[in-house]
Formats: sequence, C-alpha cells, structure tokens
Amino acid sequence: MKILYQSIVFALVILTTHKSYPNDEPVYFTDKNQEQRYYLLIEEIRCLVCQNQSLADSNAPLAQDLRNEIFKMIKSEKSNNQITEFLVERYGDFVLYRPPLNDNTWLLWFGPFLFLIIAITTAIIFIKKQSQNNTIDN
Amino acid sequence: MIAELGHFSLVLALAMAIIQSTFPIMGAAMGNLTYMSLARPAARLQFLFVSISFGILVYSFLINDFSISYVANNSNTLLPWIYRFSAVWGAHEGSLLLWILILSIWTIAVTYFSHRLPEYFLSRVIGVMGLVSIGFLLFMLFTSNPFERIFPIPLDGADLNPLLQDPGLIIHPPILYMGYVGFSVAFGFAIAALLGGNLDTTWARWSRPWTLLAWIFLTIGIALGSWWAYYELGWGGWWFWDPVENASFMPWLIGTALIHSLAATDKREIFKNWTILLAICAFALSLLGTFLVRSGVITSVHAFATDPTRGIFILALLAIFVGGSLVLYAFRAPSTKSGGKFKLLSRETFLLFNSILFLVAMLTVLLGTIYPLIIEALNLGKLSVGAPYFNAVFVPIMAPLIIFLGLGVLTKWKQDDFSLLLKQLRNLLIASLFIGISIGLIFFENNQLKSIAGIVAALWISTTSLYSLFVKIKNKKNKLAAMRIISRSFYGMLVAHIGFAVCIVGITITSQHSVDIHQRMKIGDVIEFSNYQFHLKDLKAVSGPNYEATEAIVDVIKNESLITTLRSQKRTYTVRNMPMTEAGIDAGFTRDIYMALGEPLDNESWSVRLYHKPFVRWIWLGAILMAIGGLLAVLDKRYRLRILKKKIITINNEAIP
Repeated sequence: MKILYQSIVFALVILTTHKSYPNDEPVYFTDKNQEQRYYLLIEEIRCLVCQNQSLADSNAPLAQDLRNEIFKMIKSEKSNNQITEFLVERYGDFVLYRPPLNDNTWLLWFGPFLFLIIAITTAIIFIKKQSQNNTIDN
Repeated sequence: MIAELGHFSLVLALAMAIIQSTFPIMGAAMGNLTYMSLARPAARLQFLFVSISFGILVYSFLINDFSISYVANNSNTLLPWIYRFSAVWGAHEGSLLLWILILSIWTIAVTYFSHRLPEYFLSRVIGVMGLVSIGFLLFMLFTSNPFERIFPIPLDGADLNPLLQDPGLIIHPPILYMGYVGFSVAFGFAIAALLGGNLDTTWARWSRPWTLLAWIFLTIGIALGSWWAYYELGWGGWWFWDPVENASFMPWLIGTALIHSLAATDKREIFKNWTILLAICAFALSLLGTFLVRSGVITSVHAFATDPTRGIFILALLAIFVGGSLVLYAFRAPSTKSGGKFKLLSRETFLLFNSILFLVAMLTVLLGTIYPLIIEALNLGKLSVGAPYFNAVFVPIMAPLIIFLGLGVLTKWKQDDFSLLLKQLRNLLIASLFIGISIGLIFFENNQLKSIAGIVAALWISTTSLYSLFVKIKNKKNKLAAMRIISRSFYGMLVAHIGFAVCIVGITITSQHSVDIHQRMKIGDVIEFSNYQFHLKDLKAVSGPNYEATEAIVDVIKNESLITTLRSQKRTYTVRNMPMTEAGIDAGFTRDIYMALGEPLDNESWSVRLYHKPFVRWIWLGAILMAIGGLLAVLDKRYRLRILKKKIITINNEAIP
C-alpha cells in the first residue's frame, strides 16, 4: 500500500513538474568563446535533484532551468567567477563538482601529493637501507 | 512454501560454512587430517545450498511470485523474462545473494583446481574463505533476507529500475562480482600463509593464477560498466568518478599493484610482507566497496543514519576481517626473512614504485570518494567532489607510473648500469617524442599539448615493451624459435602493457577532441556537424513490452553517400513513469557517432544531441587487451607443469610439517 501511495505521489510529481518545464530548448551562441565557457561550466555544476549528474548530463527540470540561467548570465557578459559565486550563494558549495580550496578542503587538494611524497621517500629509504646491509650476490 | 525453502537453504549454507571454516583451520593447526579433510565436502555442500537458494529466487522471479517482497519491488508481469532473471541482482538483497554465490563458486574452484597444494595449506585457504562466507551469510540472514513475504500480496510488481533493463546489465554485475569476490581467494592464500607462519615464496606462486583471474574479471567488469554507462545513460560519458564506480576502481588499482608485487615475490623472493599487505588491502577494498554501495552512505550520511543496521554490519565485518588480518600480520611479519638484495637502479625498484604509485592512486580515489562524507559527518557543510577534482589529481600520479613502466621493463633484476640503460632508452624516447609530437601537430588543432602528452605516453609504453622482446631475441640465431620459448607470462605482460597504452590513447583523444551539439530538429531537417550531415527522416511512436517510445530515424551522410542510419528512442517506462534515452550509435575503430533524442519542444520539433567521439572504442579495446594479457599469464606453463607433478607432491604431503 505504501509503495502504491509512494509511486502515485512520485508519478504526480514527475507529471506536474514535467508539464510545467518542457524546456530542453537548445541554446545558440554567436561567440565561440562564450560557447566553450558555457559547456565547461555546465559540466562542472551539479544537478542538485539528481543522484550524481552534472547539469550537462541531466534532463531534470531543475538542470534545464539552471542551464538556461547560466546561458543568460553568459550572454549578459557575466564572468565565470560571478556565475559560480551566484550559484554557490544560492545552493552552497555542494553545487560545485570542483570543490573550492579553503580551510575544509586543503587536505582534499593536497592530500594526494602528500601521499605521493611520503610514499616515494619511504620507498627510497627502504631501497637504500636494504642494498647497504648486504652486498649484491650474483 | 518454496521461498521458505530458499531461506532455509541459506541457513544450511551457514551451517556448512561454519564447518568449512572451523574444522579445517583447527585441523591444520593440530595436524589432524580428518578435520582437514572436511574442507572440500563442506565447501561443496555450501555451494549446493547457496545454489538452491539462488535458484529458488530466480524461479520466484520467473513465475512472478509477488508474495515475496523483493520480487514485488523489482519485477513486473510485463517485464521480459530475461530481465526478470537479471532482476534477481537488481537490488540489495539479491545482489548480496549473488555475492555469496560467487564466493562459493570461487571456493569450490579452489577445491577442484588446487590438488597440487599441500593439504594443510588448502585447508587454511578454504577455511578462511568459509569465514568470509559466514560473515556474509549472517549479514544476509539478519538484515537482508531476499525471501521475506509481503501481505497483502500486490497484484503486480513495482518493476525493475528501467536503467537496469539492458543487456549490458545482465552480465556486468556477475562479472564485476567475480572480480571483487575473487580477491577473497588472494586474501585466503595470504592469511593461510600467515597462519602457517611459513612466509616463503611458494604461497605467492600458488596464489598468482587465482589473483590474475580475479583481476581479469574485475578489468572486464569495470570496462563493461563503463561501456554500459556510455550507451545507456544517453550522454556519451564513459566514466563519471561516481562513488559506485570508484568502489570498483579502488580494488582494481590495488589488484594491479598486487599482481606485479606477487610476480616479484615469486621470482625474486622480495616484498614478501608487502605482497601480503596488498592482498589484505585488495580484499578490504572489496568489502569497503560493498559497504559504500550498500549502506546508502553515498547519497547522504543521513540516509545511512536513518537505517544504519546494514551499514554498521558491513563496517563491523570490515573491522573484524581487516583488524584480525593485521593483528595476525603484526605477529608473523617480523620473522620474515627478506630475499634477494637490489640496488636503486634495478627492476625491483621500479616494481616497488609501481606498487606505491598504485597505492597512492587508490588513496587519492578513496580520499575524493569519502571526503564529502567526512565533511558532512563533521557538520562542516555539504561538498561535492567530482570529475574535475579527480582528473586534476589523478593524472599527475599516473605520469610517473607511465615513465617508470618504460624504465622497469628494460631494467635488469638486482642492478643495472645507468649509462647502458640510457643508451637503450634514448632512441625509444626520441622516437616516441618525435612521432607523438608529429601526430599531435598534424591531426589536432586544439588541446595539442594534452593530446601529445597522451600519445607520447602510449608510444613510450608500447615501444619499451616491444623493445624488451627484441632484447630477448636479438642475440639468438633463430629468432622465431627464440620467440617460441619465451614464456606466456612475458607475452601476457607485453599484451597487457600495450592494452594500457591503447587505453591511454582512447582516454586522451576522446576527452580532448569529442564534440557535441544540441539542436532543435523536425522531420526533414538536415544538420551539418563534424563533417557529417544528419538528416532527420522520421519520428514515430513505438511500443515496447513495458514502455512507450518515440523513435527518431536519422540518416548520416558524408560526401553524399549514406554512412549509416541511426535510431534513437525516448522511452517512458509505464510502471515507474520514468523517461529513458536509448542512444543511436554508429561505432567505429577511430570514431563513434552518437545521437540522443532529447525532448519534444513543440508539436513538430524535438531537441536532439549529437556527439562525435574519436577513439572512444580504444578505451574498452585497451581493457580487453589487458584482460587477454592477464589470461596469457594465467596459462603460463609454470603453473601447468605443476599440475602434472601433483601426484608426487600429494604423496610427499602425507607428512605434515
């Protein structure tokens, strides 16, 4: 019963939202540079209502809406920074697939290189040590 | 009644798993042959009971027994039979049963193909795999029973998620699980070696073909997943760095380190402890992957908090297995004697770098995958870590790996002379750079630097690998005869490395040079795109067994001749009312043309997306070559000769150490 109820609600939500935004209207640019920026941006912005998809990879109404919004902002000569700032203000850092570098994310960004340095140093020390202990036997 | 039989069969399987783990491990410790001899029959009976249970679940799906809650939630009378079959592993409970079935398949494979192993060792391996089985059977019986009944019985089922109604998803999960779970064999061998306390190199030799097999399955499984995402999701993407993908990629990275480290341990008696740790790590990552995918923690930490039983259970299993193994390791490892010594410039060094670079790569993927969860759990906000992050940090780690690969295959064991090595490598390096740069400058107008880097990397890998074959035969009179006596594992290495190079070419070119457009089209429209003309011939309504669709038929024309006719559908699956895109793809060796039907814009026009994806097939072709390379290594005579000798060895093993 619960499942039936849920699926009815789900279907209604899908149907109604679907009806109100039949808006997969392609966008056209005259400026090549703006076009490139648009496609890069929608690749790096998260569709908030999807499981894990970028705006470029989603047909959800919200994604279509945001794509259009980004299109308009680019057309009105907004910079990439202004656009992402606007989106972060509205939705938080969650909307960015490229997390900004700050107090919470320095470990995320520098961690891999930290691992790399530690691992290579340890390995070289190990190799030196074991080759010094004994002479190479042939 | 039949569903209860399936449930009961699982309980019997648990009983068998308990016998399979306790008696053989005790027997090996006490030198009791009777106890040890229980290993094989218990493992085989466990397989029988798990199979019965699995068969009953399959049967319940095929006859639409909606009195079983799992069937009702994941099937429907309109669902074609083949998808009713694959729906068995379409959700949590069933895929867990598949996990256990595959674990018992690997276990009985070990019982049948390991006659050459000493009885005490085999008993420990099967015992340890039995312990894993106990953990998962308990998990299933306590938290995830697939045979749970539902009342009132629904008239029809809620249908299988339309995303999963695809031929690719019939084979992808079983193959992937074969890889995932296959590392439990490597784990079993490692723990058996630790339990025995005799960390010589024999265990590494015994474990090599099994580990390679698991790695082959995992490679193919991941490639299938990527291929499926490419054609089924309708966006032309083949890798998203999604947590679920990362969960399968992490064991692959460590598995790759493991097969290299095992080779070093087997041949040169080095890195013994390290190899054991890698084997434990590969298995731990398989468990972690199961946890990440199954606990709901990926969508949100809060989703996990609302129903923590399953997640906590797997986390506890993970803690017990990994903690237990590490404690055992801490006791046994210090007594290991290290084998051959080596200098800084030696093949050993590069194999070690291979291990640690793969380890760093795995830690990076792990960091990116769990970082949002940690941040959220610490109440520091919500964060997304996606493809831009992974691409930025992963490539710098892969770069030294590729350089070292070329150096490693040409460096001698123990020590090498730098000036001699340089002399060999100089020409290969110059050739790779020259050809790579030429190709980049001639064929590509944009993103030249990245394209050149990728092509040079691929050329460097393939030329050094092929040169290592040349080194082996250059002083021989009869070159063909010399090539014939070179071992299969050497050719396996060659093919797998070239596969890696092919994969790099595919990834580089398709990432840098794919183009797409998003267009409004109505019947009769012609679009020029990427030197092709796309002519929308027809839009028509199509009905499937459980969906309604609109199909676009598009002629692709180049130089006034018809290349192909693409068909792309926009489906709505009626039960779940879910839209799905079926892409129209013309696959080619050097490029794919890809079309996805978008949405209706008004009465006549639809939005259409067109993609031109050069060399995208090379990604999966590379994976296939890697798998073939692995298979060649498995078929190496070294392992087969030992099977012939098995009788002598079994006789010798009557006396247990």
